[in-house]
Amino acid sequence: MSDSPAGRWPGDDQTADDQTADGAPRRVVGTPPPGRSLLGDGAADVPAAPPRELPSDPEDLPSAKRAERVVAACFMVAFLAGLAFIVAYFVFPVHTLDGVARSNLGLGLSMSLVFLGLAAGTTIWVRRLMPDVELTEARKPLRSSEEDRAAFEQTFEEGADASQFVKRPLIRRTLIAASLPALAAPILLLRDLGPLPRKDLTFTVWRPGLRLLKADANTPVTPGSFSSPGSMITVVPDGYQDKFDALAKAAVIIIKFAPGQVEYTNADHPVPGKVVANWTVDNIVAYSKICTHVGCPAALYEQTTHHILCPCHQSTFDATRGAAVIFGPATRPLPQLPMTVDAKGFLVARHDFTEPVGPSYWERP
Amino acid sequence: MTARRHHPAARYLVVLLGLLLVGFGYALVTGVGEASAAPGGAAQNQGQIAQGRVIFLAVCASCHGVLAQGVPGVAPSLIGVGSAAVDFQVSTGRMPSREPVEENPRKPVLLHPWQIRALAAYIASLGGGPAIPSAAQVSQSGAHVGLGEQLFVTDCAQCHNFQGAGGALTYGKYAPPLTASTPKQIYEAMLTGPEAMPVFNNTTITPQQKRDIIAYIVQTRNEPNPGGFSLGRVGPVTEGLVVFLGLLLFMVFAALWITARHGKAHE
Repeated sequence: MSDSPAGRWPGDDQTADDQTADGAPRRVVGTPPPGRSLLGDGAADVPAAPPRELPSDPEDLPSAKRAERVVAACFMVAFLAGLAFIVAYFVFPVHTLDGVARSNLGLGLSMSLVFLGLAAGTTIWVRRLMPDVELTEARKPLRSSEEDRAAFEQTFEEGADASQFVKRPLIRRTLIAASLPALAAPILLLRDLGPLPRKDLTFTVWRPGLRLLKADANTPVTPGSFSSPGSMITVVPDGYQDKFDALAKAAVIIIKFAPGQVEYTNADHPVPGKVVANWTVDNIVAYSKICTHVGCPAALYEQTTHHILCPCHQSTFDATRGAAVIFGPATRPLPQLPMTVDAKGFLVARHDFTEPVGPSYWERP
Repeated sequence: MTARRHHPAARYLVVLLGLLLVGFGYALVTGVGEASAAPGGAAQNQGQIAQGRVIFLAVCASCHGVLAQGVPGVAPSLIGVGSAAVDFQVSTGRMPSREPVEENPRKPVLLHPWQIRALAAYIASLGGGPAIPSAAQVSQSGAHVGLGEQLFVTDCAQCHNFQGAGGALTYGKYAPPLTASTPKQIYEAMLTGPEAMPVFNNTTITPQQKRDIIAYIVQTRNEPNPGGFSLGRVGPVTEGLVVFLGLLLFMVFAALWITARHGKAHE
């Protein structure tokens, strides 16, 4: 065994240690066993056939026969299902919704059976018929041999000399200069990620006198029409109904309360120093619809408890107390939009929000 | 018994039982409420009001008070809620309720339609309020499903889900699924704001817009499910979760089976 160098690696010649308890050498299936060469040295060089490493037949022949039939049955199922797939492709028309549903069912079911049959058959084949012998292969060392390393070094040095790269600094330096701008170009392109947002996050498009429109109906709102306590609708700034960049910050919900339900005063408002006395009209209060946690639309208003719930992470705000946070991960109340009515009696913004809407950002932790 | 517990099939059986339990539990939780129908009509006359008062005293007065004035902390006043609110609450089985709870679920209807009409007439006689809509007011003929979808997505979907499947609210309350609601009940709910639902009066959402919304709800819930099981129509998260759990369990089984030691040589 050990006198045959073909197919051996360094460190592979401790024959005694490289055998498992039952005498089988540690080796990977498919690699040539010691003593046999894939190059074919000639039958005369091999004195005798070495002992088999893997058994040619399973121990339990009747059981193997049964397994063989099961495997064949699985493969037949896959074969028939494959035929059924082809048939299904032609017989099910696809020009109606129901037709597509039938075609999908036929094609999907038959293709699933093909793969299932193949997978089950192969697995049973491996488990029941193939031998269950563990072979181990010693890891090949990563470091190249000293001869290879010396040869590589020589080739590299000769190549460097022959290319004149070292001897001719003019070529070397102009080559380096030529590649520098090209290397800098990708960094330059990062500029297109800008411009910096400047004050865009601080303000919204709400401005004094801008009307509140019912979202999607696009009609202005009067306190007289929005008159039932417990009402809640979404409103958008007039002229920005289709400007989604603006609406992402400017969407607002308005809530109509019964007299006496809005409890907070200037003194106990959750945002200290906010002037809110004349921000509401006729017990109608406007809050930003953008949750202060990560900016989901918070509009699940309960008229019994006056909770405003954000569906993303269950931040809950108390609409009667300046939308103060009473549950969940949000850290700030929903900003309140100051309102008044214009000459025609429609609800308008008194001015923009006095604080940035939506989630925190760099300059506003 | 111990031998059976060590049978190779035993662990598969245990996991299979667990799966079945989860499945039945899910079916119980998402079970659809019983449909109910309450034909419309609010002809008010003194006889009907008198009948309604008798029913009120027998069924409702224990919580709402003999004068329907309400009992603080137990039940709200019914003066001015209108016949629409009565018809919605009683025809969906939410009222009469055995005890005050956070959210009254849809239940089998206890009163006959004529009893509901009489009760609604009596409550309406106490202080007016929104009336039961006529059949024409909730008809879907001429309603615009596309506009209804826009309105539903803006004003309703945040709680009721974009397909009307319902959803959770705070502290045990929830927005119910709209799968069993009749057009009249949907109209009454918008008009009166039952439970925690906001009110959408006829100047906030016009009667025509209400019919559009109803048309959208009715058409959406009648859509076929070409993809197979709808899984409650609550969106891709549920579908992904079911596929994930199902496939994961299948893979676990497959891995168990493939890698299990086999053959007599090892035992």
